[in-house]
Amino acid sequence: MTEFLQQLINGLALGSILALIALGYTMVYGILRFINFAHGDIFMLGAFAGFYLAPKIATVFPLPSIAGALVVMGISMAVCAALGVLIERLAYRPLRKRPKLTVLITAIGVSLFLEYSGQFIFGAAPKKFPEILPSFPLTHIGSLSFNSNQIIVIAVTLILLIALRFIVLKTKIGTAMRAVSFNPEAAALMGVNTDVVISFTFALGSALAAAAGILWAINYPSIDPLMGILPGLKAFVAAVLGGIGNLPGAALGGIIIGVTETLVSGYISSTYRDAIAFTVLILILLVKPSGLLGKKEIEKV
Amino acid sequence: MNILRTSFVFAATLSAVGIFSGCNQPSSTSSGGGDTIKIGEYASLTGSEATFGQSSHKGTQLAIDELNASGGLLGKKIQLLTEDNQSQAGQSATVVRKLISSDGVVAILGEVASSRSLEAAPICQQNKIPMISPSSTNPKVTATGDYIFRVCFIDPFQGTVMANFARKTLKLQNVAVLTDVKSDYSLGLAKFFKEGFTSGGDKIIAEQNYSGGDKDFNAQLTSIKAANPDGIFVPGYYTEVGLIALQAKQLGVNVPIFGGDGWESSSLIPIGGPALEGDYFSTHFSPEDTSPAVQNFVKNYKAKYNEMPDAMAALGYDSAMLLADAIKKTNSTDGVKIRDALAAEKDFRGVTGNITMDANRNASKPAVILEIKNGAFKYVETVSP
Repeated sequence: MTEFLQQLINGLALGSILALIALGYTMVYGILRFINFAHGDIFMLGAFAGFYLAPKIATVFPLPSIAGALVVMGISMAVCAALGVLIERLAYRPLRKRPKLTVLITAIGVSLFLEYSGQFIFGAAPKKFPEILPSFPLTHIGSLSFNSNQIIVIAVTLILLIALRFIVLKTKIGTAMRAVSFNPEAAALMGVNTDVVISFTFALGSALAAAAGILWAINYPSIDPLMGILPGLKAFVAAVLGGIGNLPGAALGGIIIGVTETLVSGYISSTYRDAIAFTVLILILLVKPSGLLGKKEIEKV
Repeated sequence: MNILRTSFVFAATLSAVGIFSGCNQPSSTSSGGGDTIKIGEYASLTGSEATFGQSSHKGTQLAIDELNASGGLLGKKIQLLTEDNQSQAGQSATVVRKLISSDGVVAILGEVASSRSLEAAPICQQNKIPMISPSSTNPKVTATGDYIFRVCFIDPFQGTVMANFARKTLKLQNVAVLTDVKSDYSLGLAKFFKEGFTSGGDKIIAEQNYSGGDKDFNAQLTSIKAANPDGIFVPGYYTEVGLIALQAKQLGVNVPIFGGDGWESSSLIPIGGPALEGDYFSTHFSPEDTSPAVQNFVKNYKAKYNEMPDAMAALGYDSAMLLADAIKKTNSTDGVKIRDALAAEKDFRGVTGNITMDANRNASKPAVILEIKNGAFKYVETVSP
C-alpha cells in the first residue's frame, strides 16, 4: 500500500509537468484549431533560459533559495512568452489564411529549427542544470517519503492552474480569448482584436511551457536541446486525451498520463510504459472520441 | 509523430548521402596507391554519449599524431577521417558506408556504444574492411564476423568481475538490478552480472528497466526501495546513472550503487554530485597506474588537451596503435592481410594493459575497479582474467 501511494506521488509530480505543457497545446488549438508542434521545444528553451539566467541572477539573489528560484522561473517565463509571440508573428501569422496543413507543416519545421539550432548554440551534450532550489530533508508521513521537489512541482502547477483559470474566466482578455475560440469572425466583428488575442494566447502557453521546463530541470537536472521532444509528445497526447481545446481536460490528461506511466514502470515494466500509455489513449478515444472532457463538435458547413 | 519526423529526416539524410557518394565514387576504392594511408573513425562526437565519443576520438587522434610525428606508416602519413553519428541509431551505418565506399579507408576505428558498433560491423565485414572497436564490450559485436576486433574486455568478464566484487568485497547478498532495455551493452552486462552473482547463492531481489534517454526513475526506484536491497547494480551510461543516483537519494535509498565502464565520464559527477559518493564501477584504465607507458600517455594527453585522459581516451589510443602495429607487421594496406595480422596480435603493450587477441577477436586483459570519493574516481583494485 505504501509503495502504491509513493508511486502515486511520483506519478502526480510527473503528470503535473505534463499538464503544464499540455495547456499550451490545448489553448492554441482552442483558438487557432492547429497543433503547435514547436511547443515541446519552447519547454526546452525554458529550461535553457533558466540554465543561462541562474548564474546572473545568483549575483543579485543568492541561489539556491526560494526567492531566487521564483525569479529564475519568472524571467524564463517572460523570455519564452516573448519567443512564443515572436514565433507566431514570424512563422504562423503570415500563413493564417492558408490551409491548416500548411501551418502544421510549418510548425514541424519550427520545431526542428529550434531543436537543431539548440544543438548548434547550446551544444548537444547534456548540461547540468544548476541547483536553484534549496533541498530540504525528506518529509515523512507514515512510511511515505516526499521529496521537496515533488511537493514544489505539484504546488507550483496548482498555483499556475488557478492563475490561468482566473485569467481565462475573470479578465477582459480571457473573455476575448473565449470569444475568439468560440467564433473568430464574430468576435472580430464585435471589436475584439484577434491578433492581440492570438499573441496573448501564445505568450500564455509559452510561459507555462517555460515554467514546466524549469520544474522539469529542477527535478531531472540534466538538460539537452532534444529534451522537449518526448515530454512534448506526451503532453500532446494528454491534451487529446483530456479533450483538445479544453483547459481542465488538458490538466486531467497530463495527470492521467503521468500516473499511468509511473504505475506501469513501477509494477509491470518500463519497456511497456509508452505502449500502455498509448493504449489507454486509444481506449478512451474509442469510447469518447472527443476526449474525456471535450465537447462534441458539430461540423460547421 | 516524432518517430515519423525522425525517420523522415533519416530517410532524407540517407538519400542525400547516397547521391553524394554516387557522385564522388573514387576510381580506386583502396588508398594504398596514394601518398597517405586513410583510416576511418566513426564516433558519437555529439548527442547523449558525446563525452565518450569525444574522449575516444581525442585518444585516437593523439595516437595518429604520435605515429605521424615518428614518420607515419610504410613511409606514408596517416590521415584520420572522422565521422560523427550524433549518438543516434541509424547514423553509424550511413557514415561508415560513406567512409568505405566514398573515402576508401583501409580500416575503421569505432564505436564506444555496442549498439552503434553492431550497426557498422556488418558493413565492414561485407566490405572486408577490418574494424576495431575501442570500447564496445557486448560479445555480439565481434561475433558479427572475422573482420571485427576490439581492444577492450567483454561483458561476461566485466559482469563477473562486478558480481565477485559485490559478493566478496562489498559483502552484498540481496541486490537490485536496473537495466537500460534500449542498450545491448546494458542488457548484456546485466545478464552476466546476474549469472555471476546468483551462482554463489546470493539473490537478485528486484529487476527494473528503463530506456536510455529517460529522466524520471522514481517509479523504478520506488519499487526497488520496497524490495529493500543492500545494493543496486546499474549497468547503464553516465547520462542516466547520475540522475538515477540523485533520485535514489531523494527517495531515501541509501545503499551503494555500482556499474560498469559506461559510468566513466567527466560528466558523471557534475550531474550526480554527492549522491554518487561511495559508489563503484569497473573500467579499463586508471591514470593513477604508475607504469611508464601509462604515465607517458597521461603526460602527452595532458599536454595536448589540457585534461586527464579517461578509459575511453586510453582505449581509443590503443585501438589506433594496435591497428598501426598490424599494418607495420604486414607491410601492406590490404584488408585481408591487416585482418590476419590483427588476429595474430599477442601481448601488445597498450596503455590499458597487455592485449592478446583471443580466437573470437576479443582482447583478453585486466579490469580496474574505481570508487567515487570526494567527487573523483579513486583506484580500488585490478582484476586479471
